[in-house]
Amino acid sequence: MRRLPMPILAYFAIMAALPLFMGATGLFYDAFQAIFVFSLVGLGLNVVTGFTGLLNLGMAAFMAIGAYTFAILTSDIYPFQIGFWWGILATVAIGAVAGFLLGAPTLGLSGDYLAIVTMGFGEITLDVLKNLDAVTKGTQGINPLPRPTFGSWTLELQQERGWYWLLLGFVLLAVLAVRRLERSRSGRAWLSIREDALASQCMGIPPKRTKMIAFATGSALAALGGALFAALLSSTGEPASYDFQVSILALCIVIVGGMGSVAGTLVGAVVMVGMNSLVLVKLADWAGAAGVGNASNVLASPNNWKYLIFGLALILVVRLKPDGLLPPRLEGGAS
Amino acid sequence: MEWVDFFLQQLITGLSNGMIIALIAIGYTMVYGIIELINFAHGDLFMLGAFLALTVLGALGLGDWSGASAWAAVVIMLIASAGFCGLLNWGVDRLAYKPLRNASKLSLLVSAIGASFILVNLGLFWGGLPMDVFAGGVAAAAPKDFPALVPNTNLLGEESLVQFTPKDVLVWAVTVPLMMGLTWIVTRTRLGKAMRATAQNPVAARLMGIDTDRVIGATFLIGGALGGFASVIYSLYNNTISFQMGYRAGMDAFTAAVLGGIGSMPGAVTGALVIGLVRSMSDAYLETRWTNTIVFGILVLILIFRPSGLLGSRAKEKV
Repeated sequence: MRRLPMPILAYFAIMAALPLFMGATGLFYDAFQAIFVFSLVGLGLNVVTGFTGLLNLGMAAFMAIGAYTFAILTSDIYPFQIGFWWGILATVAIGAVAGFLLGAPTLGLSGDYLAIVTMGFGEITLDVLKNLDAVTKGTQGINPLPRPTFGSWTLELQQERGWYWLLLGFVLLAVLAVRRLERSRSGRAWLSIREDALASQCMGIPPKRTKMIAFATGSALAALGGALFAALLSSTGEPASYDFQVSILALCIVIVGGMGSVAGTLVGAVVMVGMNSLVLVKLADWAGAAGVGNASNVLASPNNWKYLIFGLALILVVRLKPDGLLPPRLEGGAS
Repeated sequence: MEWVDFFLQQLITGLSNGMIIALIAIGYTMVYGIIELINFAHGDLFMLGAFLALTVLGALGLGDWSGASAWAAVVIMLIASAGFCGLLNWGVDRLAYKPLRNASKLSLLVSAIGASFILVNLGLFWGGLPMDVFAGGVAAAAPKDFPALVPNTNLLGEESLVQFTPKDVLVWAVTVPLMMGLTWIVTRTRLGKAMRATAQNPVAARLMGIDTDRVIGATFLIGGALGGFASVIYSLYNNTISFQMGYRAGMDAFTAAVLGGIGSMPGAVTGALVIGLVRSMSDAYLETRWTNTIVFGILVLILIFRPSGLLGSRAKEKV
């Protein structure tokens, strides 16, 4: 395997070292654990949308499938209880299968028709999870979930630094896998389908199979993200935590970071999720400390400005950097 | 024949709701037809239209609305919301989409998502206005009651089991002339011709001397105005509004536009009527909690068998 490029190496070096300068707990870990989970989902969506050019507005559904699969297979309220590592493996496999199942009938659709089918799939998944509350435990979520073990040692929930490094490790694995795939036969087929579907078909690339592999890869990564998020919280949370907003967040990560760029996706996740769970929370704290956080006037509560700031930031980023913060480099003539 | 009455009732409810969705769906399909953008902010524009209507009503005074004065208030709200939403949509295009005309379609989409977030947030602020109609601005995020200016009396007589009310009349009296007017604009006027030309090929249209920027602006203006009309009749029909209602309305309308074949106006109306009917039938005969699943399930099925929507052209995708 070729060496990772500088920006990605720098990212992992900085990220791995960061906790050494932070306390052992706190907001920093909440934010960065979310960032890593969404990096996985973003890497998956980058395969689907960035490499292959298929707009998927239902990534949250695959996260949900991952989280609930993992929970059902490992939680002690169900008979399977296969443990953390086998649970993760099974989740990735089932995520890929779910991607295949959605992709098989729908990947013949073009562009925005596919987008709305994936959006509809997200809504259906959400509804099914809500309505089958006998299985999914409704708003309580399935809990508790097992913790990862390394030999005889178990990573406990409150060891936030450990979780941070564990998640970062999964991101590193995903980056290696995605970059490996990008350069494989399938990966080259993805890019060629994105650039010109007709021409690549003429060159003997089967469009549907190529798209299905991309879809399954993306879904597997999103499912992995969902499962790790559930494991991290030791609960699947309520079905509503996998709503359309989450799919939109994943899309913003990929586009703001730079479509088709692995390094861009990593940066996009830091920017978008970091803004959501670090900057805006901090702003609210400061405003609260300054005494403007009372609820009598809607304008006075910083939390009420969240969407406005998020929206403005999105518009500004695509306006100033239309190709994303870290667009893919040109390599051998192909983008 | 009770089951016939019951069925007719669902038919009326479904079609009336479908016509409201249709007005919003046309706004999606027009914009998509001309710049290939899923205008995510459109549903939230619709939501702001409803807030403006309520504000106008508050300014007019919350008296005892009845008869002619109520209808006058309805007309004033329709004009105000249509004008407001039209201009706002035009402004959103100017600020958030126009600078990205040459960027990738997905950047445009993200800009639209950003605009949508901003409009939702403005709706939240708006609900905090210290007016009586907004409950004095306490609990900005709470849903607001929209006064029942249009009565819910049954026009088919008190003893009839089927309800056909002035609300249904209002929906049809507003939507049908608007759709006819729009068809006339698109098929018979110079502007309509320019819009069709721009939709077909913007570069060639510009070479033919069409000011495509103005045409796109006009499209946003008209599409937004239709959303404004829709917001007023929606509010009068359902009598409650909330700053989060744009999401559901936008989702339904966009689904309708795709179902009918995006870019096609008759398609948008057809798709919206289908969705309105499926919703009301599913609510009545199955369980409300499964309605979304059924709507999207049917959408997926239809798209599998007709990949360009019900009335979409089978033409190849633009490369």
